[in-house]
Amino acid sequence: MTRLFDAIRGYLITLKRPLAESLFALLIGLLIGAGFMLAFGYDPIMGYISMLKGFGIFTIEGFLAVLAIIALGLLLTTFIGAYWAKIPQALAWPWRKKISRRSISSVAIVVFIVVFILFLISRMLEFLDKVELMEMLAYSVPLMLTAITFAVGMRAGIFNIGAEGQVYMGAVAAAWIGGHFVLPAGLHLFATTAFAMLIGAAWALLPAILKIRAGVHEVISTIMLNWVAFFHVPYLIINRFAGVYAERTATILPTARYPILGASLTAVIFVALAACVVVYILLWRTRAGYELRLVGDNPDAARYAGISIRRAILISFIIGGMAAGLAGASQTIGRPLMGWTLPATLGTVFGLGFWGIGIAVVGRNHPIGGIFAALLFAGMLNGAKFMEYDWGISSELVVAIQGVIIIALAIPALLATSRRGVRRLKIRRGPR
Amino acid sequence: MRILAWLQRKKILGRLISVVAVLVFILYLLWAHDLLRVELFEYTVRALTENWKALLLSTSLLATPLTLAAVGECINERAGLFNIGLEGIFFLSVVIGVRGAEIIGSGVAGLLVGLLTGALIGFIFSVLAVYLRANQLVLGMGINIFAMGMLAYLLATIWAFPGIHSVRQEFHIPKMLGFFTPVFFVAVIAAILAHILIHRTLFGIRIRAAGEKPEAVDVAGVRVDRIRILACTVGAALAGLGGAFFALGWFGEIVKEMAVGMGFIALAVVVVAGLEPLLALAIAFVFGFVRALADWVATMPGINAVLPGAFYIMHMVPFLVTILVVTIFIGRRRFPRALGKPYIRE
Repeated sequence: MTRLFDAIRGYLITLKRPLAESLFALLIGLLIGAGFMLAFGYDPIMGYISMLKGFGIFTIEGFLAVLAIIALGLLLTTFIGAYWAKIPQALAWPWRKKISRRSISSVAIVVFIVVFILFLISRMLEFLDKVELMEMLAYSVPLMLTAITFAVGMRAGIFNIGAEGQVYMGAVAAAWIGGHFVLPAGLHLFATTAFAMLIGAAWALLPAILKIRAGVHEVISTIMLNWVAFFHVPYLIINRFAGVYAERTATILPTARYPILGASLTAVIFVALAACVVVYILLWRTRAGYELRLVGDNPDAARYAGISIRRAILISFIIGGMAAGLAGASQTIGRPLMGWTLPATLGTVFGLGFWGIGIAVVGRNHPIGGIFAALLFAGMLNGAKFMEYDWGISSELVVAIQGVIIIALAIPALLATSRRGVRRLKIRRGPR
Repeated sequence: MRILAWLQRKKILGRLISVVAVLVFILYLLWAHDLLRVELFEYTVRALTENWKALLLSTSLLATPLTLAAVGECINERAGLFNIGLEGIFFLSVVIGVRGAEIIGSGVAGLLVGLLTGALIGFIFSVLAVYLRANQLVLGMGINIFAMGMLAYLLATIWAFPGIHSVRQEFHIPKMLGFFTPVFFVAVIAAILAHILIHRTLFGIRIRAAGEKPEAVDVAGVRVDRIRILACTVGAALAGLGGAFFALGWFGEIVKEMAVGMGFIALAVVVVAGLEPLLALAIAFVFGFVRALADWVATMPGINAVLPGAFYIMHMVPFLVTILVVTIFIGRRRFPRALGKPYIRE
């Protein structure tokens, strides 16, 4: 048991700095956002209270419940994280070693605690507004996926900002298969999702080849391909995949839609969460993932160790492309937007790739961290409409706040830097 | 096989594969847009011969912000700062420039306000990048996203009318001879001055050295941080001037989607030009011309029935050309060695 507590403490220590930095950047963003509200005569406190409605918080009890959920969720992730990270040394995998009484009891304890925390969280959800909560979850799906694109790239030392174009391509691919092909129910859904991921990865392939073979910087190639997709997809929608409505794709057939769970949330969220977990396992629990991260951390060491840098870069591009393609699919076959169609203005998918950058940065380039960051930003994006309904504050302010958060997190060692700055100020003001 | 080995030894094989990949990609686009046909050339020739004057006018309008932003970006990339927030600078300086014009009551003052806005953003960018060693790419994307939200927010709050705002007629920059906009000449002069600055002055040598080998500049007793901050401020100021020009010298209104993509075309211009301001001027003109042609072809009667993909493919041309040029010339057009890297004194 003491070993388990040690493991938890160790995990918390590794979690503390990134978490504190993300929260600090969030605070900066919200403060600057408040400044912009004040500058134009709005009340920032009331604005932010309205924004909380996007998280499903309508009452004080709801607010307290969310605080409790955050605390419990932190406990849960800490627990699972500690178990997951340190268990081989501390308690041993029960199925690898001989099963002893100790390992059985420890597993039982872990399962019991996890179930108990999940039960508590489910009780806390009673205090929240179900519709807005589901809406928030629906918002978070594409965001956590595009965050993967950027995060995996950064882990391999690649600045892959091509998610935007890959999202468009994935969305239009899903709209094509989902709207124009007649297939049996289960297969259709699977084929549509898989094809969208495939097309997303195919769109990421060109920058990957250019990077690997000719050394073309990926920022340049991915930016250019984003804009190529921006003009390619509307053409496809209008001239190739049009349906009964003008400037929209054909309506997605019912066999290719994910079942709706409530509000605009569909079962695609489970696919997205599974994708995050799969990427996590791929990066941290397989050899290829280890090589990929090593290439990002120290390419020279990787080359010396005989790791193929090209292969690692290619893998990171392909994972990113698949995730972005899935994000595009989640907006066409996984959400009843525009009556299950994709508009030629790209209004339902525009910006997802850019926001994914911010979410990946806040989630510290970690797929699991990305889930939480995506929930946070999804709640803010969802809450922006309440800001507009209640007080007339333009909902786009949230995007600006997000930009500030990204700018703040671009500074490495944000907390240490700001602490040093404060100290310097104190010295200057001090007796001298 | 021997040819293959020779190619590999000369390191041509990789580039050959890449070029083939890009060409296949372009062919795919042409095929997907149903454009492997003769009509495209016929229509292009018709557009060129019938309306070259109007095309030239819209080219000069399009090339102005592109040139200004590209020349500015050339200067700060020479100094080692890679600012991909050009689009964000456009967005912010559009709104603030127009607001400035309305408060001060003059269109030229509006352009100057836009210039100052750009300078301020560049200053903040460079201070964060130089002193706090921020990741310049993340920073640039952050500026883009911030500006995307801020443009819509300011539009909705300042003029209380979401999405669009018309600028009053008296604030428009008058066109010379009813044809060229004077800002275009400013852009041309800026390109020439930037060329002289970079290649003919001591400060230009310092800027280039700060991008190539900041250690050497530091050893020579010159402050790297100041050079970089100054270069980035000047560069972003030019982009800000271009941004204000959108509303005051061209459209006469602010629309949310007005400058979408233009910042990235400017970035493409810089990349293709290989950081040469005069070349950037020429390439901005070419890209502006292609885009003007695209808009012209789109409004041509009957073309949508025959060639529906022409409009879209022409909008892609700057981006495709950039990819192709970068792939072919990447070895010859070398970028500063310290581009994008913070300088840490040891």
